Amino acid sequence: MSKSRSQYRRFTRSKAGNVMYFTILILAGAFSVLPLIYCVVTSFKPLDELLIFPPQFFVRRPTLSNYLILPSLLGKLQVPMSRYIFNSLFVALVSTFCHIIAASLAAFAFSKSKLKFKKLLFLLVQVMLLYNSYTLAVPQYLIFGKLNIIDTYLVYILPAIPSAMGCFLMKQFIDVGVPDALLEAARIDGASIFRVYWQIIMPMVKPAWMTLLLFSFRDMWSIVPAGTIFSEELKTLPQVMSTVTAGGLARTGSSMALTVLLMIPPIVVYMFTQGNVIETMSSSGIKE
Amino acid sequence: MTKAVKPARPKIRREMSENTAYGIILIPFLALFFLFTVLPVLSSVVLSFFDYDMVSSPIFIGLDNYSRLFTGDTTFMTVFANTLKFAVITGPLGFLLSFVLAWMINEFHPVVRTILSFLFYAPALVGNAYFIWQILFSGDSFGYANNFLISFGLATEPIQWFKNPEYNMTIIMIIQLWMGMGVSFLSNIAGLQNVNGELYEAGAIDGIKSRWHELWYITLPSMKDILFFSAIMQIQAVFSIGTVITQLAGYPSVNNSVDTIVSYISDVGTTRYEMGYASTISVILFSVILLFRYVVIALLKLIGKSDSK
Repeated sequence: MSKSRSQYRRFTRSKAGNVMYFTILILAGAFSVLPLIYCVVTSFKPLDELLIFPPQFFVRRPTLSNYLILPSLLGKLQVPMSRYIFNSLFVALVSTFCHIIAASLAAFAFSKSKLKFKKLLFLLVQVMLLYNSYTLAVPQYLIFGKLNIIDTYLVYILPAIPSAMGCFLMKQFIDVGVPDALLEAARIDGASIFRVYWQIIMPMVKPAWMTLLLFSFRDMWSIVPAGTIFSEELKTLPQVMSTVTAGGLARTGSSMALTVLLMIPPIVVYMFTQGNVIETMSSSGIKE
Repeated sequence: MTKAVKPARPKIRREMSENTAYGIILIPFLALFFLFTVLPVLSSVVLSFFDYDMVSSPIFIGLDNYSRLFTGDTTFMTVFANTLKFAVITGPLGFLLSFVLAWMINEFHPVVRTILSFLFYAPALVGNAYFIWQILFSGDSFGYANNFLISFGLATEPIQWFKNPEYNMTIIMIIQLWMGMGVSFLSNIAGLQNVNGELYEAGAIDGIKSRWHELWYITLPSMKDILFFSAIMQIQAVFSIGTVITQLAGYPSVNNSVDTIVSYISDVGTTRYEMGYASTISVILFSVILLFRYVVIALLKLIGKSDSK
């Protein structure tokens, strides 16, 4: 009965099982991806096809005009389109970077330190996540005012750094993925906390922060601040969406085109991060 | 990189004790967290004892908001019931679905896995993906669902999907299940890849006999912390749905049939300028959510128990 270690193979699905699962997943997935396809298809529709009744799902005579008109539609604003693109990327990248560093450092301390109040503080991080955000808007606005950060980049970036979800996610993964014994060994060898963080913790929980990178980038990329940004040169791309949709029915195609353009960066980040999650997996598989 | 090879430097270690170092790395996150989250939550709790219209200064009214909520507010009772029904059904279902899908996808070849998980994560990438449902379930005869039913003779006239209390709750539950997968699903994918491969080897030696045994005794217990995370995120998601429903069914919906606590809170705050009362409802909602959190913790403790063989 007992297999030697080298002979051991994981219990895997049968070929037939694989095919069955694959079919189910592709069908469900096709349904799930429908809105994305709809956006892309609609963005290539000429005006008359957009107005047909009953509406048609597919496009018959695709056109690029919805895309080509975008720079001139947005160019009527005081600031060129490139400025909005820069702002969106800048805000999303900087806040994602700061958030991952701050959240994973804190998660490391929550998971591995012997600090007295860490359990209580972590519980606070966990439960605050569950408080309804609507009623927090007014106090938050007053705090932004006191800090004098209204109408600056900081009003996007600073509140995004202490997002409780990221710290929670990182803490769970460090708990499971990094054995205490390994840390102790590193500490005995004289590694500082910071080196342990950078050379042991972060590489070991790479799937976690790669996933967090995607979540954070996606959220920050589509952020529309509520009444905290007034200067045109500080606005992000999603905020000018309304100038396009204000054109009414005739602009349906262009607003779809803008929606499609807005989807591209998160998809690129998705491909990059998920590719890395899988790479980590296969390399750790060889080690163990 | 030369630093990495240098021997231990006990002097520095003595200067900075371990606790101080941990304290330092905790501060950036915690300081901002207190400023932008804890402080606003506390102000919201304090405001729940005030009458505050966001223009004049708040007036302290003690427990008046609370007694109003529990004795005279019939709308609250309706939206509360809706929210509970919604949460109790979609919460556990969403949690299971996001795990089962991740688990099914996990055993495929990496390229297939990336593509499949992309399909399921797609709704989260399209900011306002729920609009597709507006098109599918449009109330006129041009809506795809109505068109289908009528052409097959299953219905004689178009159904007002989002206005009819018979259907709207179910449709919105399906939408939530489909849209709310993002975070739990991808965390589960990452979590499954974090499971230590040696455990499976050891399990085979210890007499694990099937994939189901492996799932229950090895995979799930090693995923416990991640499952806890995804359960909490599900709770958060099902109790914060509001805007999507308002977009699809309007506010108030017919007979308040699909209005939730969250859509009620923003109505009280935004259209009635009663920020004190909105805070009171938030505090009550928060207490209910905490209760659910403890139920989830208790349930997750059952994972990997051998008596369920």
